[in-house]
Amino acid sequence: MKAWFANPWGKPRWLRVITIAYLVWSLLPVLIAVQFSFNAGRSRSTWQGFSLRWYLDDPASVARDDSLILALQQSLRLAALTMLVATPIGVALAIGLARWRGRGARPAGFLMLVPLVTPEIVMGVALFLVFANLYDFVPFGTGTQLLGHVTFAISFVVIIVRGRLFAIGRDYEEAAMDLGASPWESLRRVLLPLLAPAIFSSFAIVFAISIDDFVISQFLAGGASSITIPVRLYSGARVAPPPSLNALASLLLLATLSAVTIAALILRKFGRQEGSGDSAAAALTRIEI
Amino acid sequence: MPTNVQAAETQAVGQRAWVWPAFAAPGLIWLALLFLVPFYAVIAVAMGDLDPIFLKPVPEWNPLQWDPSSFGRVLAGIFGGQLGRIAARTIVYVAVASLLCVIIGYPVAYFVARRVQKHKGLWLTGLLAPFWINYLMRMLAWVNLLGPDGWVNRFVEAIGFAPQDWLGGRHEVVILGLVYGYLPFFILPLYASLDRMDKQVLEAARDLGASPVQSFLRVTLPMSKQGILAGVVLIMLPMFGDYYTPNLLSGSPRTRMIGNQIDQFINQTSSQGGDGAALTIVLMVAIAVLMLYYLLNIQKVTKEARE
Repeated sequence: MKAWFANPWGKPRWLRVITIAYLVWSLLPVLIAVQFSFNAGRSRSTWQGFSLRWYLDDPASVARDDSLILALQQSLRLAALTMLVATPIGVALAIGLARWRGRGARPAGFLMLVPLVTPEIVMGVALFLVFANLYDFVPFGTGTQLLGHVTFAISFVVIIVRGRLFAIGRDYEEAAMDLGASPWESLRRVLLPLLAPAIFSSFAIVFAISIDDFVISQFLAGGASSITIPVRLYSGARVAPPPSLNALASLLLLATLSAVTIAALILRKFGRQEGSGDSAAAALTRIEI
Repeated sequence: MPTNVQAAETQAVGQRAWVWPAFAAPGLIWLALLFLVPFYAVIAVAMGDLDPIFLKPVPEWNPLQWDPSSFGRVLAGIFGGQLGRIAARTIVYVAVASLLCVIIGYPVAYFVARRVQKHKGLWLTGLLAPFWINYLMRMLAWVNLLGPDGWVNRFVEAIGFAPQDWLGGRHEVVILGLVYGYLPFFILPLYASLDRMDKQVLEAARDLGASPVQSFLRVTLPMSKQGILAGVVLIMLPMFGDYYTPNLLSGSPRTRMIGNQIDQFINQTSSQGGDGAALTIVLMVAIAVLMLYYLLNIQKVTKEARE
């Protein structure tokens, strides 16, 4: 510390200063927003003491304002459903793509990757127009939102699972088949147990990216009952919202961070054994690095 | 039991040809129906007509009867109309915000990848945290700070200036929002490429007499070019389609981006759905190079992992 005061701009010091400044800048506004969700007063900038008023008691609080309750319920329901539908489909797709060596394998792998690089607004417009004009037997609401969320979530599952598949290789399965297991048995009793950590972390990651999504949820919403938390934050942010909006955002933060922490713990516990840490890190950061 | 084993083996060989495509089938059918078909729907709406009574776009599914007049309107607007100014503004915003991301993000990624020895996990958690804080919540946090009686105005008053209407349509506030929103997505791929770099090359540079500055400029920087490029592409793609950042932090037509225009065509004025679809396609074509670069990058990584 003394050295720093003597020469704050000495060799790598300025890098440390920039990095700390960046971290403060990137995290402090959010921490302030969380703090004011516990404000005893109506202000979002003057601290008037701690209370749970905006979570529980006030008529406009998360627990008592119907629009906020609905948003919370819709977000949780949609994320849970997306997780349950997208994960099995994605796991099967990952296994199929990793093992399939035929002519269709390359275009299929390509098709799986395109949703990852498509800007969300393009996907939102495309899904909105197809449900408005072609699949009009599905009314806008939870159904369309679920179909949309699963569509972008599948690719994430594939990325997480195939990292582990590559690490496992085919030896275990072939050994099982040499010992007399049918392909189905070797899949069920050898491959799936080996994939278990990747599958469980996929559940958690899909939950997190679904509950976090804004664009697709907004384009495919149908009326008040399918407004999710991010859509509610969007529509409420500009019209002098009470701190209950901060409280709703804080609950969303809690849900996302819990899901990601669970995924990280699973991957940490099992990931090291087979060296699939890289794809796990990529999954946690939502990108392929 | 031998017959059983034999049966299993012939079954296994017989099944190999179709069993893996069958695994992939549900996912591929899903993506065909809910990713490829929707794209066709965008083209069909862009190439369709307007229902004169309900003022709703009517898609034209048959390519032989496509009517490109929506494209004509959108392209005429871009080359010499209001849309052109919006497109130019979008490009300027994205370029400035990306440049700021590189300037701020490089030292941060470099420091955590190279200089941190103790508690590296903690620093990394700090870099990762914004990924999982909802984007809208991060913008809401700034709406709170920049509001009329927010902390920014109090600070401005405390140092003797007049408070400002920060959320009333300022370019610099929208660009700040874009940088704030997307910077974490730039830092991470760059961090990864700096972290992976072969340290022996740096030692060799130093052994051969390069100063720290020289070894940075002639070894580290050229070797991290790929990471910078990947990070910039990764943040440019969502920025080009962003509409919520300008809407939340300004809401004024002065800061409207292409994404806002699409949002308005599609979600607010349903009679202009055809133009919205055409503009979406124009946007996609314009950023196709970025998408392709990113796609090929992922495929390269996949191939390496597979071998």
